[in-house]
Amino acid sequence: MEGELAHIGAGLAAIGSGAAAIGVGHVAGNFLAGALRNPSAAAGQTATLFIGIAFAEALGIFSFLVALLLMFAV
Amino acid sequence: MADEADGGGGLSFHPMDQFEVKSLFGGEIGMFTLTNVTFWLVMAVLAIIALMVLTTSKREVVPGRGQSIAELLYGFVYKMVEDVTGKDGIKYFPYIMTLFMFILCANFLGLIPMSFTTTSHIAVTAILGFGVFIAVTVLGFVKNGASFLSLFWVSRAPLPLRPVLAVIEIISYFVRPVSHSIRLAGNMMAGHAVLKVFAGFAQVAAIAPVAIIGVMAIYGLEVLVSAIQAYVFTILTCVYLKDALHPHH
Repeated sequence: MEGELAHIGAGLAAIGSGAAAIGVGHVAGNFLAGALRNPSAAAGQTATLFIGIAFAEALGIFSFLVALLLMFAV
Repeated sequence: MADEADGGGGLSFHPMDQFEVKSLFGGEIGMFTLTNVTFWLVMAVLAIIALMVLTTSKREVVPGRGQSIAELLYGFVYKMVEDVTGKDGIKYFPYIMTLFMFILCANFLGLIPMSFTTTSHIAVTAILGFGVFIAVTVLGFVKNGASFLSLFWVSRAPLPLRPVLAVIEIISYFVRPVSHSIRLAGNMMAGHAVLKVFAGFAQVAAIAPVAIIGVMAIYGLEVLVSAIQAYVFTILTCVYLKDALHPHH
């Protein structure tokens, strides 16, 4: 029974990956919208883009880690 | 728990088997045993030496193929450090260059079929992440003394809000090394596990062509992710370094 509950928990934790996908898409989409308005300023902001994506993605990775822990470590 | 993954209509998936640490010459794994992790870490160092030292040893005025790759990488990291941390961060360029080259080479070597991805282990990336965290914290106190603590005291915010913000800032400061290392390890582990799962689908004859094309596509994506994660790790190191050198908001 406990193992099955762990699998359900892992599936629930995977929702976090979808949420992170929304976050990363939001960052990249807004960057593109801004870059198309002012293409000359876009090149200087790619570092900021990647930092933003990294922060948004980190939380998705945390949920993936929780899922892995539930699947293999609990 | 791993046996239950064998279900699913006769398919056998072992996506996590590739991350198993094995001893090279048999025997128990102790503190100083040579394992496949050791081997691929050494391979990463040898790859860096081959790329950065051997190709540039002739110092040609018109660079050849190897030398231009080395020069491009050097210029790329140098510009990143200069842009993010400013002129006074250039002193710490060798450390950041070392981190970037090591993570890049370890990630790329992990993409060779049957090899081992050292950066998929939190043990490896935590050393890199906590190394950066400790170095940056010590540097911040050495450079700024006690005024380094003003990093946590947002002077631009309204006064009643500042203690609340200080708590949040302190928590976010101490989560940094955790997220820094888990991001790299998690990305590499997730990518390689997905590759293995898609390779597992090739066991079914009907969808084997789709699965093999899928593996190729994801492999291409993984090459991109390997480079981007090395870049992200390095640029976050630069951002933390900037905070240590200029803690005032």
